[in-house]
Amino acid sequence: MENKKNASEDHQWLYSPSLESTSHIEIKDKYELFINNEWIAPTSNKYFDTINPADEKVLSKIAWANAQDVDKAVKAARKAYDEVWSKISAGDRSKYIFRLARMMQEKARELAVIETLDAGKPIRESRDIDVPLACNHFFYYAGWADKLDYAFPNQKTESLGVVGQIIPWNFPLMMAAWKIAPALAAGNTVVLKPAETTSLTALKLAEIIKEAGIPPGVINIITGHGDTGEALVKHPDINKIAFTGSTQVGKAIQKALVGTGKRSTLELGGKSANIIFDDAPIDQAVEGIVNGIFFNQGHVCCAGSRLYVQENIAEKLVEKLKHRMKSLILGNPLDKNTDIGAINSREQLQTIEKYIQIGIQEGSEIFQCEGALPANGFYCKPTIFTNVSQSSVLSQEEIFGPVLTIQTFRTIDEVIQKANNSPYGLAAGVWTDKGSKIFNLTSKLKAGVVWANTYNKFDPASPFGGYKESGFGREGGMHGLGAYLKIIK
Amino acid sequence: MLESNKHSIFQTINAASPIDKVGVEERVARFQTRSIKDDAKAQGLKMVLSMIDLTTLEGKDTPGKVKQMCFKAHHLHDLHPNLPQVAAVCVYPSMVAIAKQALEGTSVKIASVATAFPSGQSNLEIKLADVKLAVDSGADEIDMVISRGKFLSGEYNFVFDEIAMIKEACGVARLKVILETGELCTLDNVRKASDIAMYAGADFIKTSTGKIQPAATMQVTYTMLLAIKDYFEATGKMIGMKPAGGISTSKLALHNLVMVNEILGPNWLHNEWFRFGASSLANDVLMQILKLESGSYQSPNYFTLD
Amino acid sequence: MSNLEVLKTYKLYIGGAFPRTESGRFYAPVSKQGEVLGNICLSSRKDLRNAVVAARKAQGPWEERSALNRSQILYRIAELFSDRKEIFLKEFQKQGSSLEEAVLEFSTTLDRIVYYAGWCDKYNQVLSSVNPVNSSHFNFSTCEPMGIVALIAPQNTALIGLVSLILPALAGGNTLVALASENLPISAISFAEVLNDSDVPAGVVNILTGKQDEIAPIMASHMDINALISSDLGAIENAIAEACIDNLKRKFTYTEDFNQPESQGLTFIADLQEIKTTWHPIENIGGSTSTY
Repeated sequence: MENKKNASEDHQWLYSPSLESTSHIEIKDKYELFINNEWIAPTSNKYFDTINPADEKVLSKIAWANAQDVDKAVKAARKAYDEVWSKISAGDRSKYIFRLARMMQEKARELAVIETLDAGKPIRESRDIDVPLACNHFFYYAGWADKLDYAFPNQKTESLGVVGQIIPWNFPLMMAAWKIAPALAAGNTVVLKPAETTSLTALKLAEIIKEAGIPPGVINIITGHGDTGEALVKHPDINKIAFTGSTQVGKAIQKALVGTGKRSTLELGGKSANIIFDDAPIDQAVEGIVNGIFFNQGHVCCAGSRLYVQENIAEKLVEKLKHRMKSLILGNPLDKNTDIGAINSREQLQTIEKYIQIGIQEGSEIFQCEGALPANGFYCKPTIFTNVSQSSVLSQEEIFGPVLTIQTFRTIDEVIQKANNSPYGLAAGVWTDKGSKIFNLTSKLKAGVVWANTYNKFDPASPFGGYKESGFGREGGMHGLGAYLKIIK
Repeated sequence: MLESNKHSIFQTINAASPIDKVGVEERVARFQTRSIKDDAKAQGLKMVLSMIDLTTLEGKDTPGKVKQMCFKAHHLHDLHPNLPQVAAVCVYPSMVAIAKQALEGTSVKIASVATAFPSGQSNLEIKLADVKLAVDSGADEIDMVISRGKFLSGEYNFVFDEIAMIKEACGVARLKVILETGELCTLDNVRKASDIAMYAGADFIKTSTGKIQPAATMQVTYTMLLAIKDYFEATGKMIGMKPAGGISTSKLALHNLVMVNEILGPNWLHNEWFRFGASSLANDVLMQILKLESGSYQSPNYFTLD
Repeated sequence: MSNLEVLKTYKLYIGGAFPRTESGRFYAPVSKQGEVLGNICLSSRKDLRNAVVAARKAQGPWEERSALNRSQILYRIAELFSDRKEIFLKEFQKQGSSLEEAVLEFSTTLDRIVYYAGWCDKYNQVLSSVNPVNSSHFNFSTCEPMGIVALIAPQNTALIGLVSLILPALAGGNTLVALASENLPISAISFAEVLNDSDVPAGVVNILTGKQDEIAPIMASHMDINALISSDLGAIENAIAEACIDNLKRKFTYTEDFNQPESQGLTFIADLQEIKTTWHPIENIGGSTSTY
């Protein structure tokens, strides 16, 4: 490596800060509840802070809804369902949703910046992925509103009524869109509860809803903590609960719904396998691994958190992965060059750090990117563990952070069994250049989404959802409508 | 070269991973989201200038044209102090002597295309003679073309041997091997041709002649940079990279540098290891540098054509 | 020559065999007319466990059979069932049906088997989609069976309820562990004999007899069962629903009167399918378009 010695320090080329401007955005000091297209103070008069996880500064105060507020929101939604939304033509429903999609696109930049401030995700992702996907989701489902007969041919469908929706903090605006758009298209009205650490973009969406002239009560957005969500789940006049979040909370919700006749769809956790064969396009696979586990700091339910590499290329692949990880830029989420932003909350950071400690204690080999973390805010370096065994805690439990476990395999049967050896079944990745091998694997992996020679791709037209303990029901595509309609037999 | 050596080289070459173009496009798109500002931009733009092979490769080239270009090569914009000069000029063999004279006393290198450029459709004898003409006339660098017809018909041995023999004919001149990626069609072919060229003795691998579209797309350059990286990991030898054709804006040039920076690292951020083959890039970079310093947008009227 | 009647021993159907319950227990249900139907196996939790193990073993090979093959196997069930009309008519009547009711239940059951046999190689076409995504990927969604389906047969019918729920699960590539109607169990066992004589592979359908209140909770909490289907379970409905949550078992309760000819359809198949979405890049190599 004699050439290496010639390396000269003055060749170093470090990118200067390139911060997205925050001058064009407006965040109010305080946000009330959005009910009936009005801003209503919470009955309890309680508010909580929402902070920027990148610097721990308070961004705004958010209303904390209690059961009484939930009742107001559900009543508003019921009235809107009975008197307006179920009465207007499907074509008008369609036009309202289109209008929402367009107005979101107009404000895309503001939404992206606020998403980054509130959630800690890199501006590159909010700008290029979260916000466009959210807008496109509304745009996609808008067109379904007056075409429902084509989604379920020869079967008569009906809307459900009032739908309660509880969403997580990892894709705040996108999850709101995934929930609201199909519900409205199918003819339901909605009470949506965002996660407590990431309420802001949903509240900006509320402003857009009002500005777009969506009839009052059709979409209500109530903020709060777990107790708010619980009140929503338990409200007697809700017809369906749609939830995205942890498997633990999903099961609690499901228990609360027993005997109520309320429907539910759950999109829960995962521990998805990403499988690399020796005939894979290796450099694209490395990108797929990086996208799979480091996208959105690993706060992705379908993150490719269990990597299986065929033994004969494992060493080479891990070297390439480490090299690629060195070019990941961790830092201020508002910097356009940031690849890895802030962990969403202190609590989540502690959870991730706990798992990293477990990994070290279990004797797995750890590799992390070099460099210092910012002084304030919640950050975690991209982390990989090699020499991990299938029975390790690290390769069994969902970490929901930028932590990858790497195992090797020798044969196709072995890897199929290992990949399916999990209570979860949300997603999987397969990398090989051989078509017949892809189809063999994609049909045998018990997962709702299989990415072949790609990973972490999302689209409004593409159904998403899991097998087994990853939940039930699908979001996106024609199949996503099924979650918000009942089929009249 | 011993046949057994070559056998093991081809084993290595054939073991290269397949390439998924959609994945490459996604990766390239992500490089393009890098935002290069302020000091990084100033540093980057000056690097770009210093890496340009100022090129004229036309049937209508004359000594007059070549002389003018050579003067421009070391007087990029005299109104501005502290600007680097370009790395080299790139001309046909018949113009090397003219360029040599014009660049006397400067450190600007002379590169010459050879081997029946741009098609390469001639025999080895003539190709070697072409190289000899350029080298004897004073060329520091030889930009050869591979035999794409032979490559596409699977005669990889032929392509390999040809490069090896041209390399020998170059003597001390550095050899850039042009793959003409626009004619190779697939990224898998680009990768294979890169590997053949490097193992056969190339000092640089180069995308295109500039005569065929598409030329130096970022996808192709990315693929070749990865080939260089793998070759370095396997052999410890650094190979240079030269995208040529179609890079006419500062932004595109900077994105190319971002790729070099993040794939090969800062060791390659020097004109010894990275070049742009371009005819109109320099002025755009100059305008950007002046914009950065003055804050005002520039007009082409204030920058000499050549 | 003796004309003494030979009595039938009713046994369980597990893994393609007809064992007695491992518990050695039995019960003796009585028909409407007051006739004792026989000593019926009172299945235990271990019988259920064995049935689930058999079903899990059969699951992969069954779902990987071609749809046409599954269709032909299901049609074969109809052929053999049709062949044994007399036996079933006799049993239906023994369990309390009039001749007319028995004939009707038999013909409805037969038609239902044929109906679902014909769905095997069609439902996936109807329920799948190719999704036009906004990137250079081919994206499609298809159905896959959920896996092991626990079935608690409707109590009020001897066979039509059971068959109306077995067949769509089977057509969709699932395996089953079914509990026959507690008080009308004997035609379920005879149906198991039909399944066994047709080409349904061992373990694909397993049929237990016994007490609903005893077996249903064990089914609901079994971590290797993927779905649970039943008619309304009355007093234990909520407890069963709650027990299903531990492994997020998919649970469906059907309140249809399965004697009705229209109590069949695609939704019975669709309910027991997972939707799988697959992505793959589409390379655009070269500059050509599809126009010419």
